Amino acid sequence: MRIVVCVKQVPDPNAGVARIDPGTKRLVRDGVPNILDPGVEVALEAALQLAEAGGDNTVTALAMGPESATEALRRALAMGAHEAALVTDPGLAGSDTLGTARALAAAIKQVGFDLVVCATESTDGYSGMVPGMVAELLGVPHLSFIRQLSATGDAITAQRVTAHGYQTLRCALPALVAIASGSHEPRYPALRGIMAAKRKQIATYDLAALGLGAADAGEAGARERVLALQPAEQRSAGAVIEDDGTAAARIADFLQQRGVL
Amino acid sequence: MWVYGESRDGQPTPVTLELVSQASASGDATVVFLGAGAAGAAAVAGEYGAAHALVDENPVYDQYLALPAVDALASLVAARQPDLLLFATTYDSRDVASRLAARLGCGVVSNATGIEAVDGGYRVLTPWGSETVAVCEVTGGGTAIVLARPKAFTATHTGGSCAVEQFTGQPGAGAQAVQIVETVEEVAEGPSLADAKVVVSGGRGLGKPENFTLIEELADLLGGATGATRAVVDAGWRPYAEQVGQTGVTVKPDVYLAWGISGAIQHLAGMKNAKAIVAVNRDPDAPLLRNADLGVVGDALKILPQLIDEVKRRRNG
Ligand SMILES: Cc1cc2nc3c(=O)[nH]c(=O)nc-3n(C[C@H](O)[C@H](O)[C@H](O)COP(=O)(O)OP(=O)(O)OC[C@H]3O[C@@H](n4cnc5c(N)ncnc54)[C@H](O)[C@@H]3O)c2cc1C
Ligand SMILES: Nc1ncnc2c1ncn2[C@@H]1O[C@H](COP(=O)(O)O)[C@@H](O)[C@H]1O
Repeated sequence: MRIVVCVKQVPDPNAGVARIDPGTKRLVRDGVPNILDPGVEVALEAALQLAEAGGDNTVTALAMGPESATEALRRALAMGAHEAALVTDPGLAGSDTLGTARALAAAIKQVGFDLVVCATESTDGYSGMVPGMVAELLGVPHLSFIRQLSATGDAITAQRVTAHGYQTLRCALPALVAIASGSHEPRYPALRGIMAAKRKQIATYDLAALGLGAADAGEAGARERVLALQPAEQRSAGAVIEDDGTAAARIADFLQQRGVL
Repeated sequence: MWVYGESRDGQPTPVTLELVSQASASGDATVVFLGAGAAGAAAVAGEYGAAHALVDENPVYDQYLALPAVDALASLVAARQPDLLLFATTYDSRDVASRLAARLGCGVVSNATGIEAVDGGYRVLTPWGSETVAVCEVTGGGTAIVLARPKAFTATHTGGSCAVEQFTGQPGAGAQAVQIVETVEEVAEGPSLADAKVVVSGGRGLGKPENFTLIEELADLLGGATGATRAVVDAGWRPYAEQVGQTGVTVKPDVYLAWGISGAIQHLAGMKNAKAIVAVNRDPDAPLLRNADLGVVGDALKILPQLIDEVKRRRNG
């Protein structure tokens, strides 16, 4: 089975508040530490477990982003992905979700696939739109918010989290699955994996190689235009007290004032 | 403006009614319901401002994931060309919206918290981080797709009624690709988290899953619901149904009590519109304390049992 995992590089969420460039109205990615999206690590783990469960399987990590996104791909290789590919082109800057999906889908077709694995939503953009769009463009079904996944022959069975419990889904391959956060514990890359990852070749694709034009992706193809940025409404600060043994009574007073006690 | 309606047991979901009311505020609102109970749900949507409803009660929409709905909507949208199609930011709606956008080449704005009609178009507000809101428009013509956050808008009962039109969606054979083999509902006791007047939530600061019995006991005493952060849901301490935040439930209770929760932006997205917030955290720099009406720097595991006793005492005294 050929598994392609869509991996995204994101600004490190633990490195402070993400900044937006007021001029370009885009997320500032330069000069901030970037990492492999923690949600993608979970998805990659699910893909690796599926690949290790038996059969002749390959896992390819695929990223769209600037040249520096190779670092995220190296991390994916170090975790155990067999191959890696990068979609990169100056014309892709400013892509909206559909532009991103077009680029990824075109690359996935070239790599070849039976199963595509994504995270449910990215840590920086969190639109959650890309997986369904990629699946539609590939003409395959997609199974979202999956916490458990198994393959038998050319079909998969998956457990999908719902607002009230879960669903069991069945689907024939080829297909795309989006993995739920927290559903798998990502492995820590071993030193041997890190060393081997450094030596691996990373295939790259630009827009021309994917047969895409300027209107398909990038700023020129983007349909969502940001007109202005406004400050978000903030809650007005209340009282902060230090617990000196009376905090429980103070909270009870507050609950009574608010009429819920 | 159109709304893709979600229903449960023949009733529109609360967020569907919020979207219907919002859509009707800027003109004629049309709502689409698919699957069992669609017509009944449409009638209720009429009471919240929908002028028209398009319904197809074919059970295929309930038996297979997303694809039959995408087929049905794609032909409706292509034929009737609404300016804007509103979806709720839920996993079910997102599956349909993302594929539909790719199939029809629509522009999309997700996580919207506001929509304003401006001459000939719409402006959509969407939060970017905790400090900024982006004002967006969808360019290039055609139907725009907007996914709106639950509780961003208010459902208003107008007591009206809508014209219900039955249509036949004709999903293609390929639409039956993802079969729903089994649906399991884990029913929680007490009031529903989304509608509760009091929500008592715990985070990783509670240390271990067993300590959530304190959260349950306090919620029970106050007639409220229990909530959790994604950190503890991911750790398997609490079920996903209790997750409050951007990727969980959005709540707007009279009082939200947060115990051992740091206040990450994704958690705040689901509760910062509570009428009042009480937060207890050991760390004086925890972001949630800055958003609280009453913030307590202290040990949740010490204060929780004291508060439970105090509440019992005041109840009985
Ligand atoms: C795309 C995306 C979506 C997300 N969606 C959500 C979402 O929907 N909901 C959500 O909640 N999160 C969400 N998150 C995760 C979010 O970023 C945080 O990681 C999470 O909310 C943290 O949970 P927490 O506050 O329980 O844990 P922590 O951040 O670890 O905080 C624990 C807190 O407990 C305090 N503490 C420790 N011990 C005690 C004690 N004895 N007494 C009092 N306080 C104590 C600590 O000071 C700390 O502030 C999302 C993240 C991403 C990337
Ligand atoms: N630039 C990208 N490169 C690779 N994968 C991506 C990219 N953008 C989105 N994805 C995939 O789509 C998922 C959802 O992203 P989003 O729709 O942006 O929330 C991510 O977790 C990735 O698996």
